[in-house]
Amino acid sequence: MSELITRRSVLAGASAGAAITTLPISMVTLAFGGTREDFTFTYISDAHIQQIRGAAFVRNWDQGLKRAVAEANLVKPESDFVMFGGDLAQLGKREELDHGAEMLSKLKGKLYCVMGEHDYYLDLGDYWSKLYGPHYYSFDHKGVHFVVLNSILTSEHWTFHRWPTAEQRMLEMAGLDNPNGSPFMVGDKQRKWLANDLAKVDKATPLVVFSHSPLQKIYKGWNFWTDDAEDVQALLAPYDNVTVLYGHVHQIQYNQIGSISFNSVMSTAWPWPYPQTYSQAESHLPVLTIPMNRADPFFERDATGWQLIDIGSGRVAARYQLWDNEPRTVAYDRKAGRPVDVAYQEPTQRRLPQTHY
Amino acid sequence: MRRSTLLLAIALAAFGASARADEFTRADVDRYLKEFETVAAEGRKLWTNGSVGTNGVACAQCHPNAANTHPETYPKFQKQLGKVAQLFEMVNWCIRNPLQGQNLAADDPRMTALVSYITFERRGMKLTPGVH
Repeated sequence: MSELITRRSVLAGASAGAAITTLPISMVTLAFGGTREDFTFTYISDAHIQQIRGAAFVRNWDQGLKRAVAEANLVKPESDFVMFGGDLAQLGKREELDHGAEMLSKLKGKLYCVMGEHDYYLDLGDYWSKLYGPHYYSFDHKGVHFVVLNSILTSEHWTFHRWPTAEQRMLEMAGLDNPNGSPFMVGDKQRKWLANDLAKVDKATPLVVFSHSPLQKIYKGWNFWTDDAEDVQALLAPYDNVTVLYGHVHQIQYNQIGSISFNSVMSTAWPWPYPQTYSQAESHLPVLTIPMNRADPFFERDATGWQLIDIGSGRVAARYQLWDNEPRTVAYDRKAGRPVDVAYQEPTQRRLPQTHY
Repeated sequence: MRRSTLLLAIALAAFGASARADEFTRADVDRYLKEFETVAAEGRKLWTNGSVGTNGVACAQCHPNAANTHPETYPKFQKQLGKVAQLFEMVNWCIRNPLQGQNLAADDPRMTALVSYITFERRGMKLTPGVH
């Protein structure tokens, strides 16, 4: 923890120098207490770059991504690489992907990307692939095995036979609460690939898995859900230290299922309400998660926040910086065997967030 | 709408003294509900298609199922506006800012539709005016 504070103060110094108060990015540190070389990476997600017409794009979403990129370039210690967590575009158009890619091209260092549904359902990821390569892949970096999954696939019928045009397919999937949408999945083919990929990885090697949708089931109505989550979890379960980092939900969530810790990252575009605020349907936010405060709409970057994430021996401590609220830290607690909110988790110490109507 | 009012007036006249103003039938209630639901459904269209703004952003992008709009808490003190505000004023704030559009009048049928949809999605919730 002392290391985390040191890193934070270094980072705070860098931010103060640039006269910037919040960064809509995540910074991830993998710390190994001297046994291996520590390193960091930054995490930006859910930019939703949206074209109005021609060269005009939605200003608010553009500003979120621009700011994230600028801040990521200021982070100290310098990142080994940058992850982008999916949904670079809003409607999967080349213009949106190109415009987003141009902003991301200003990043220092190597960029890895996750596929989001907004990048995919217009041309099934064809143009995205031209920019960023395969839809799912893995790589090793300084003793950690990283896996990137495309978790936003769905049934063949929905994808190929249901809609008269690709544009309509994209539009139907773009609406979070659209009953014509379809649940996400990783799918058989990719799960086989994952099993093969993991076969050569030692069980003690820290695993960090990136997906767009949560690899757990929270609320189907808004696709905070991956249909074959349990099958993917079964493949990850034998490993000692597994962390799943996901975007898509535009809010703080965390959970522990067996040996697998789950942490979400926030969006650079806009925050989403927690599913339980929709009173007409049942949802399952992990009981572990203490919701963050409601976003203030009058601050357009509020609740787009940023996170400083430390992974000590393969486990995560995520520090969420929130615009108009107390910062929150969600860290892996070894005794409890799960991530906890370090300030508010114990019922006796709990300072509840605002009531969520 | 004007035509149906006229028809109603004619129907009432035909019944003459036997029609009692303080009674209405199941069919009346069904009609009122159907009218509301039609307007609320129109509201969902406006909510999800972005047509009340100018930049293609839709209300539903931030508020799926109109969540986090809490219509049952209005009117309430909106500290950022510095006054007690009604729901339509907050809707207009969103239209002007994230949607980069122009205010709708309080009685604009589109505003009525939007507020009807928001309220429909919060049916059954306890009225808590003034609460945040």
